[in-house]
Amino acid sequence: MKRFLGFVKKEFIHIFRDFRTLIILFGIPVVQILLFGFVVSTEIKDAGIAFLDLSKDEISRKVIHKTVSSGFFSYSGELTSFREVDRIMKEGKAKAVVIFEPQFGEKFFREKSAAVSIIADGSEPNTATLITHYLTAIIQNYNQELTGSPAEEIVPVKAEVSMFYNPELKSHFMFVPGVITLILILICALMTSVTITREKEFGTMEVLLVSPLKPIQIILGKVTPYFLLSFINVILILLLSWLVFGLPVKGSVALLLAESMLYILMALSLGILISTVSKTMQQAIFISLVGLLLPTILLSGFIFPIENMHPVYHWVSSILPPRYFITIIKNIMIKGTGLGFVWKETLILAGMTLLFMLFSIRNFKTRLE
Amino acid sequence: MARTTSDIAVKPAIEASGVGKRFGPTRALHNISFSVEEGEIFGFIGPDGAGKSTLFRIITTLIAPDEGKIDVLGNDTVKDFRELRKVIGYMPGRFSLYQDLTVEENLSFYATVFGATIRENYELIRDIYSHIEPFKKRLAGKLSGGMKQKLALSCALIHKPRLLVLDEPTTGVDAVSRAEFWEMLKKLKQHGITIIASTPYMDEAMQCHRVALIQEGKILSVDTPEKIRAGFSRKLFSIRAPEKFRLITALKTFPETLSAYPFGDSVHVTFLNDTPVDSLADRLKKEGVNGAEIVETTPGIEDRFLELMEKPGEG
Ligand SMILES: Nc1ncnc2c1ncn2[C@@H]1O[C@H](COP(=O)(O)OP(=O)(O)O)[C@@H](O)[C@H]1O
Ligand SMILES: [Mg+2]
Repeated sequence: MKRFLGFVKKEFIHIFRDFRTLIILFGIPVVQILLFGFVVSTEIKDAGIAFLDLSKDEISRKVIHKTVSSGFFSYSGELTSFREVDRIMKEGKAKAVVIFEPQFGEKFFREKSAAVSIIADGSEPNTATLITHYLTAIIQNYNQELTGSPAEEIVPVKAEVSMFYNPELKSHFMFVPGVITLILILICALMTSVTITREKEFGTMEVLLVSPLKPIQIILGKVTPYFLLSFINVILILLLSWLVFGLPVKGSVALLLAESMLYILMALSLGILISTVSKTMQQAIFISLVGLLLPTILLSGFIFPIENMHPVYHWVSSILPPRYFITIIKNIMIKGTGLGFVWKETLILAGMTLLFMLFSIRNFKTRLE
Repeated sequence: MARTTSDIAVKPAIEASGVGKRFGPTRALHNISFSVEEGEIFGFIGPDGAGKSTLFRIITTLIAPDEGKIDVLGNDTVKDFRELRKVIGYMPGRFSLYQDLTVEENLSFYATVFGATIRENYELIRDIYSHIEPFKKRLAGKLSGGMKQKLALSCALIHKPRLLVLDEPTTGVDAVSRAEFWEMLKKLKQHGITIIASTPYMDEAMQCHRVALIQEGKILSVDTPEKIRAGFSRKLFSIRAPEKFRLITALKTFPETLSAYPFGDSVHVTFLNDTPVDSLADRLKKEGVNGAEIVETTPGIEDRFLELMEKPGEG
């Protein structure tokens, strides 16, 4: 145990003394999330929003006024009938329409329950989710103002969201799962394979091998710091996207973290596997980037939807572990589904992890050759 | 621990028999046999590519031989590698230090890995480590060659190994540090540690109890440095001239010249026995070499090595 801790301490020193490692570990995830998030948020700045007020009472007017003056959207006008909803959205003049039901105000006071519908243009899902997000927040605020009670207790105004063209909500907030998937591959596979091959290149591996350390101890010592740091990274990314862009995890956070751990383990064993087949850091970097990162970006549904791919790529994509993780995390984060919906992917991922672990431990030699 | 003193006296520390190793078409080692006594400083002298590192890697259990076997401290390097890895201290060709760790961090890391502490074995490394202790907060990458060498040696010793394996410990180190280094190794004898070291510098052979000359994967000769030197079979002349290169070229044109090697600021030459040395200066002058001084000299170990390497198989 003391040996193991000594080894882990050494690895942490390597990590914290190397500026480049720190940048990859913490700089890249933060910058990516902020950058993507910024691009997505600026899109809604110019998003037009229209209103169909079937009630036209004091309360509905106030909600409209609040929304328009919030500064998040540009005002595209008021509609008079449902037919216009279709038209204004097809023309692209509005990205979302807020509809107040008849007798909105009356219901609000008498029944303590009134509803608005938000119809959003789902063909630009990221914009749509953001708009509904902001709108819901504004309405909730107004609720509080009116009733003077904390939000949870009475929620007279309910927002019902429907997506116009994209009812399944294929959100462009996909970038958060995408970034997590990529970052973990980068940290776990690339960084561990590089740190192990570095010991080979500098000749320190020779001495480690001529020590009472068993291969499994060397592997665990190498991998533990990266496991911890990757996990912290996932939490950091989730916090960032929640605090800065208001993107919550819809499903269970615990499940999400557990799935992330599984994926981290998978990526770490891949990293070890790569290190066992490469002699130099260059080789390890090349294999990680070209063999792992690139296919992950291109084929696991991060940029291009898997459904639209040529069957060959489809097939290739199905042997890429990140693809399953991205499905899992998308489901939990954005759709809010539970393990029941992702158990198949989880099982595949677990199987792959086990396989890679076995291979990498078997491949990690007790001798030099 | 379980060994008795009589055991030690009987069994050699290293016993190699018929060891061979190939890398594809290259025969790195060929039918190597030798034995090293306990407590000895045993040197392997040979040029680059002779097979020294390969041999040391077999001894340290890092690679398995294709043919033959080596017993180290009574353990087979292939079968009993786990046992051996507890008792060997190894310093590979490139000092295996973590450049981004400080001197102290390197030492304590290696101590922990071997299940030892700096405190418990400090006595053993004090002579060596005290030279670099003032710089213990410095990163290993920022040390000079000599200091790196001392740190690497301290790291290899920190778990009190029974066998110390040093692969070219003095390569890339200044002359003063080299001499210092051998003095330190000699002091380790009192702790009963067997030491094997390789070097491409022939003059360092004199620092060892016994040396093996190794070339192209074969051992040419194993003996004490004194006896190796005494094996020199011919008369040796030291010739000095202002233009050394011209002198060597001229000497090599003479049919009776057996060998001519640059040696410091002179050239060491051997001839067929009946060469009239007196007329040599004149003949050299004819070849355009002026002012040659010719004296007979006592052969050093280098001369014998060069002689051995000329005609492998003898000796
Ligand atoms: N891992 C290897 N793969 C291929 N050839 C090797 C390997 N290690 C050593 N060799 C070859 O074996 C020979 C002996 O090398 P080495 O043991 O390093 O010699 P030395 O240490 O005396 O310089 C050289 O020709 C070298 O090229
Ligand atoms: Mg060598």
